[in-house]
Amino acid sequence: MHWARDAAEHNQIVYGILKDHGAKSLIKSKSMLTEECGLRHYMASVGIEVIETDLGERIQQLDNEDPSHVAVPAVHKLRTDVAEVFAKTIGTDPANSDVHYLAEAQREATRPLILAADAGMTGCNFAVAETGTFGVCTNEGNADLSANVPKLHIASIGIEKIIPRLEHLAVFVRLLSRSALGSPVTQYTWHFRGLRADGEMHIVLVDNGRSERLGLEEFWTSLKCIRCGACMNTCPVDRRSGGLSYGATYSGPIGLIIDPTFNQRKYSNLPFASTLNGSCSNVCPVKINIHEQIYAWRRVLVERHETPLAERVEMKAAGELLSRPAAYRAGIAAADMALAHLPRWVIYNGLNAWGRHREVPHPPKQTFHSWYQANRGEKR
Amino acid sequence: MSSREDILSSVRANLPRLERPLPTVPMFDVNPPASLLSTFKESLHHMGGMFLDPPASGDPLAPVRAKLADAKVVCSTVPEIAGNRDIAGVSKPQDLADVDFAIVRASFGVAETGSVLLNDADLQVNAVAYLAQHLIVLLDPADIVVNLHHPYRRREFRDRHYASFHTGPSATADIEGVLIHGAQGVRLLSVLPLARAVDSPAR
Repeated sequence: MHWARDAAEHNQIVYGILKDHGAKSLIKSKSMLTEECGLRHYMASVGIEVIETDLGERIQQLDNEDPSHVAVPAVHKLRTDVAEVFAKTIGTDPANSDVHYLAEAQREATRPLILAADAGMTGCNFAVAETGTFGVCTNEGNADLSANVPKLHIASIGIEKIIPRLEHLAVFVRLLSRSALGSPVTQYTWHFRGLRADGEMHIVLVDNGRSERLGLEEFWTSLKCIRCGACMNTCPVDRRSGGLSYGATYSGPIGLIIDPTFNQRKYSNLPFASTLNGSCSNVCPVKINIHEQIYAWRRVLVERHETPLAERVEMKAAGELLSRPAAYRAGIAAADMALAHLPRWVIYNGLNAWGRHREVPHPPKQTFHSWYQANRGEKR
Repeated sequence: MSSREDILSSVRANLPRLERPLPTVPMFDVNPPASLLSTFKESLHHMGGMFLDPPASGDPLAPVRAKLADAKVVCSTVPEIAGNRDIAGVSKPQDLADVDFAIVRASFGVAETGSVLLNDADLQVNAVAYLAQHLIVLLDPADIVVNLHHPYRRREFRDRHYASFHTGPSATADIEGVLIHGAQGVRLLSVLPLARAVDSPAR
């Protein structure tokens, strides 16, 4: 058993175990915790080869991209994108984008790496305090191979994964796959509560901000997250923009409320990437009030001045304007007039972030208010 | 202070002050299906597994023998079928990489999901259930439980070091959501209902 306060300590512990065993290659199954810790990047810097074995995660690794979804890491790629990545990296036919062919090619390319690896690493979906059991729910069989083929098995477990008793595990196992993929259970659900006769096992329990989050009255329930991805699948923003656009380990609605706990300044704009429609909270199987926490984070970040100064000034001005209907209507009419007649350089410059990556829409000839007055308003 | 003490004291300091008694989980098994075996069969099919119907008469293992007819390397951990790769002689999991068919007996099955539970005693070498190209599982119809709440009250989860639910073969839908059976573990999983021999009691 090892205990890691933070990501750096986690990575050092894992490297220490590998070094003690003279291990040079590590096969890995999907684990959001190791993504959070930047394990792969760290291992590259100390000369350990890390091979992701999950199909989607492997596609992302071979393409030098981070996973874009907790359950489906390469969900943003089309089969032709995968064919291109595999043709360049594992030598498949670039013209063949048949999904069966591509999956089979990855199986055949990964199997020898699994057999030759010095160590295997997995994450953990749930751990049980009562029995010391920890388990992983998986479909491809790669986590099972990672845990059962190499002599050395390392498992990284976030401390929030621990549940009290075995009888509680059934509830979570049933929830996870239903919420993630709509299937009654994953193809494989394995549990270790002791060593393999022929193996050696190390467990790294990781805090990395979790115990501190437990003390945040408004936000601690985000620790209930079981990483099913249901909130991402229902989110209108995530569905359009994709997980990579969040620029953080955790994307989607759950990412909006977890990422700022790691770095408030870096992720200060994430809680604003939401329409607050509440769909995430509706589908969340563990009942996290995600959209309410998104809103609460906005307040916290503004109070702590983590949002840009220009934005705060603009929002203050907007607040004044919006509280005076007559002034607002005069302002809108003036702005529409101005947009229609001002030279481009006045509109498209550094001060207007909304004109930075796109054309500002054409101003309407008439505001809705004046149209309503003319067509539906009371004739006086 | 050690990292362990650091983390534990931080958890204690930050623990929400809530009255939350430990919940007792019901078994959710009122109105069980009339036949656990036929529910199991349906669930297994749903997850991409194959249910081998036992023949009406003659050799109950005939469906298994038919599958093994052209297999080169067969590894069996059950007394009913002899393989040609002795698992007792396997010194490391990698030795099982060329196995075409593995044959094992499940501790029990789960009707709700079509899962079979394989533990480290059933498998002898855990990796055999993942490295083999195909897996054949013998399941005593008397060993089927209603749903996933029952297994976690059984002794396999307290006695064994390893216990794994297998529900159909390995699968992936990581490319464009196209479901593929036979991802990185076994390509096919077949289950034959067959009572345990009298001299091999339930573990």
